[in-house]
Amino acid sequence: MARALAVLRSVLPFLVGLPILFAVQAVTPADYALILVSVGVNVVLAVSLNVVNGFTGQFSLGHAGFMAVGAYTAAKITTGLVGVDLPFVAQGVSDQVVFALALSAGMGTAALAGFLVGMPSLRLRGDYLAIVTLGFGEIIRSIIENMKFLGQATGLSGLPPRTNMVWVGVSAIATVVMARRLAVSTQGRALFAIREDEVAAEAMGVDTTGYKVRAFVISAAYAGLAGALISHAILLATPKMFTFVRSIEVVVMVVLGGLGSITGSVLAACVLTIALELLREFQAYRMVVYALLLIALMLLRPQGIFGTRELWDLAIVRRLFRTRQLAATGPAGASPTEVRDDSTKGAV
Amino acid sequence: MSAPLEVKSVTMRFGGLKALSEFNLVMQPGELVGLIGPNGAGKTTAFNAITGVYTPSEGEVRVGGELVNAQRPHQICAKGVARTFQNIRLFKQLTALDNVRIACHAGAKSGFFDALFLTAHHRKDESHILTRAEEYLKVMGLSHRREEISRNLPYGEQRRLEIARALATGPKVLCLDEPAAGMNAAEKIELMQLIRNIRDRFGIAILVIEHDMRLVMGVSERLLVLDHGVTIAQGKPEAIRKNPKVIEAYLGDAYLEEKQIALTPEGTK
Amino acid sequence: MIEFLQHFVNGLSVGTIYALIALGYTMVYGVLKLINFAHGDVYMVGAFSGYYLGIIGGGGEPSFFRAAYVTLGAMILCAALGFVIERFAYRPLRHRARLTALITAIGVSFLLEFGFQLSPWIRTPVQFPPGPSPRFFPALIDFGGEPSIDVFGATMTKIDLLGLGVALLLMLVLQFIVFRTRFGTAMRAVSFDPQVAGLMGIPVNRIISWTFMLGSALAAAAGIINASSRPKIEPLFGLIPGLKAFVAAVLGGIGSVPGAMAGGMLLGLTEEYVAGYTDSSYRDAIAFAVLILVLLFRPAGLFGRATVEKV
Repeated sequence: MARALAVLRSVLPFLVGLPILFAVQAVTPADYALILVSVGVNVVLAVSLNVVNGFTGQFSLGHAGFMAVGAYTAAKITTGLVGVDLPFVAQGVSDQVVFALALSAGMGTAALAGFLVGMPSLRLRGDYLAIVTLGFGEIIRSIIENMKFLGQATGLSGLPPRTNMVWVGVSAIATVVMARRLAVSTQGRALFAIREDEVAAEAMGVDTTGYKVRAFVISAAYAGLAGALISHAILLATPKMFTFVRSIEVVVMVVLGGLGSITGSVLAACVLTIALELLREFQAYRMVVYALLLIALMLLRPQGIFGTRELWDLAIVRRLFRTRQLAATGPAGASPTEVRDDSTKGAV
Repeated sequence: MSAPLEVKSVTMRFGGLKALSEFNLVMQPGELVGLIGPNGAGKTTAFNAITGVYTPSEGEVRVGGELVNAQRPHQICAKGVARTFQNIRLFKQLTALDNVRIACHAGAKSGFFDALFLTAHHRKDESHILTRAEEYLKVMGLSHRREEISRNLPYGEQRRLEIARALATGPKVLCLDEPAAGMNAAEKIELMQLIRNIRDRFGIAILVIEHDMRLVMGVSERLLVLDHGVTIAQGKPEAIRKNPKVIEAYLGDAYLEEKQIALTPEGTK
Repeated sequence: MIEFLQHFVNGLSVGTIYALIALGYTMVYGVLKLINFAHGDVYMVGAFSGYYLGIIGGGGEPSFFRAAYVTLGAMILCAALGFVIERFAYRPLRHRARLTALITAIGVSFLLEFGFQLSPWIRTPVQFPPGPSPRFFPALIDFGGEPSIDVFGATMTKIDLLGLGVALLLMLVLQFIVFRTRFGTAMRAVSFDPQVAGLMGIPVNRIISWTFMLGSALAAAAGIINASSRPKIEPLFGLIPGLKAFVAAVLGGIGSVPGAMAGGMLLGLTEEYVAGYTDSSYRDAIAFAVLILVLLFRPAGLFGRATVEKV
């Protein structure tokens, strides 16, 4: 009985979410569908990046590279298996199965890419890590741009339209659930420890490199998922979609929401994606606004909206649900981008 | 049965500087050893060499008989050596409870997969970790602070929390780097008692770096004295107190001359 | 053999551009421990400043005076830009975590890049912002006769040769400033320990401002020199050279002035040779590959000091 309950708890978010998603999909007019899909994809991107940048305190600027890996992998599978029919099931179901396969494969290759990039890079700190991840992102893009197999600069087109709100919704739920479960677990605490003080974490028995790489791999996998989803929404996968500007856009979302706050990332992703849509006429000004937003944020409120707090940590919510405070929080919602120029000066 | 910690002729070189020369130390279970010396003598360097932060340029470090020279700090910690830091290195934004829980992490058998899928393994680990962490907090008298953000704790409690955290890794050897720094007299007396209690209760060997002479003399069964990386004296506290080389190292030879203390092998005149 | 020499000559040209920009990165990193992401864009602004100055007050026939006016004018304008950026975007964050300043730097970089891509607000006397379409940098000097000369069998345009000369001259001047003047000593003191430097009576804020201005001026000069031989300029063209110059600075040892010069030259030459003898479509990726190799195997770079974190 306990076993059954445990399994139930594990999949509960999806059980609740799925019917809601189907309902939403049914009632949403087609024009808005793409916006909602974009919101969902950005949620996946922001929350997954938060695991590395927020939880573990490592500054990664290469998220778009992993998106690209996932997108192209999935695209190759769906275009390669288009029209393939699984015996005994309807065409529609067959398509979905292929898509599920494509998404999984996308996550898998992106995870592998994350591992290959993370292993050597995560020995570096701060600025250097940022530059190296940026570099790797660009190298991935460079490689894609030069491979005929992947369509070079024009990329892959004619992808089957598989992404819909249910897929995106499920992915977003999966990402949030992943982050949340990680945050309350001992593995997540190890990540926070690395963020707070890597030397001390190492001294207390945490394999810092191993954990940083793991966080990186998980984050990359979900980025791959996002890439696969978005490319099957706009039916295109080109290198231009995955430049480091894209990476920065995700970083902005994470920082705006608050490094380390899952709710913050979700909120910021929603707000920024929708705001972007509303500003579509001012397209040229979009990046300028982004830039000013970044600067203003850092000058005025570097911890973002939520800092490291979560929605479920607010006093009212806690009282309502009687939950215990999440490990990562601080009373003032302080986050790694705040004050404290800790010098590690000590006597020999 | 090998000693929990054996340090043989460890030398640490940084470029041209020899920070530590032929450092030797054997710790038996339950021993209380003090490491003293003027500032810059190499005490923290010795700690760092023992715990894997530095790789010894020469010599061997053995934990439980096993050679650990090239291992990383987290591996050495798993083998049974824990430490605190000269400048407190708590996980500042995390609660006291979480600070200690992280130290219990090494014993966790579950992995990322378990955490993500909420397996039974995971829940069992979490509950074990919670129980252990609360136990250690209780031992150090910090139970009432479990939900407090560690950087908000009063200084003395932060030091105790750091010790609780180090203890939670389940070490055979505990290295305390200036645990009394910044404490007042009353707190220091409490700390002395605490160190003895920890030894009595857990049977672990404790190595203490300290500047407060009364504390370290009061707590240690034997002392090592470092100066400029060299071990200039070893022995029981009473002998060390009178050792002219030690006095010279701390107070300078002008003091020796003034007091007309001769630097003879037998000791003072 | 001639091909080898040709690549060498080209590599030098390109390398000095990287070196000039890299100097700005390295000096700023030295005093602020900050990677100024916006520096590559200052290089771009330098080129555009030259372009605009070529229209305002610098119109007319190419001449030595025109070249000097445009170059010096651009250097002054960019120095001012550097001052403003440091004063308003970075100084307030001096005591915050480095991540904060890094993100701000990215913001400033984007602001410049995308700001310059906006459609012009004013059309006379010049169109500003320039908008995304490329502009053509005017010829500043007319050498008369053949545009290129023969260097041991390899060809080099006269403008490139002049550019090389100017760049080397600027580097020598900088070397002098950094190692032979009080300002330079103060700058180096701040790079070792700002707090103690301040206690010794060095006006740290002022030194930092001047460092920024100096670096920005050099970037502007690089922009002019580059635009003289590759006249097509547009708002995003500072991105790649900026990143490459950063790699050059890291290669030489970030924080080290001679390192930046050496790194720039070395990167320029490497790029030329690798792209020349293999597939040149990977040209830009070479710099990134170099970066990754350096950071993995010798993070301190050629001239840098490996720092050990005290525990």
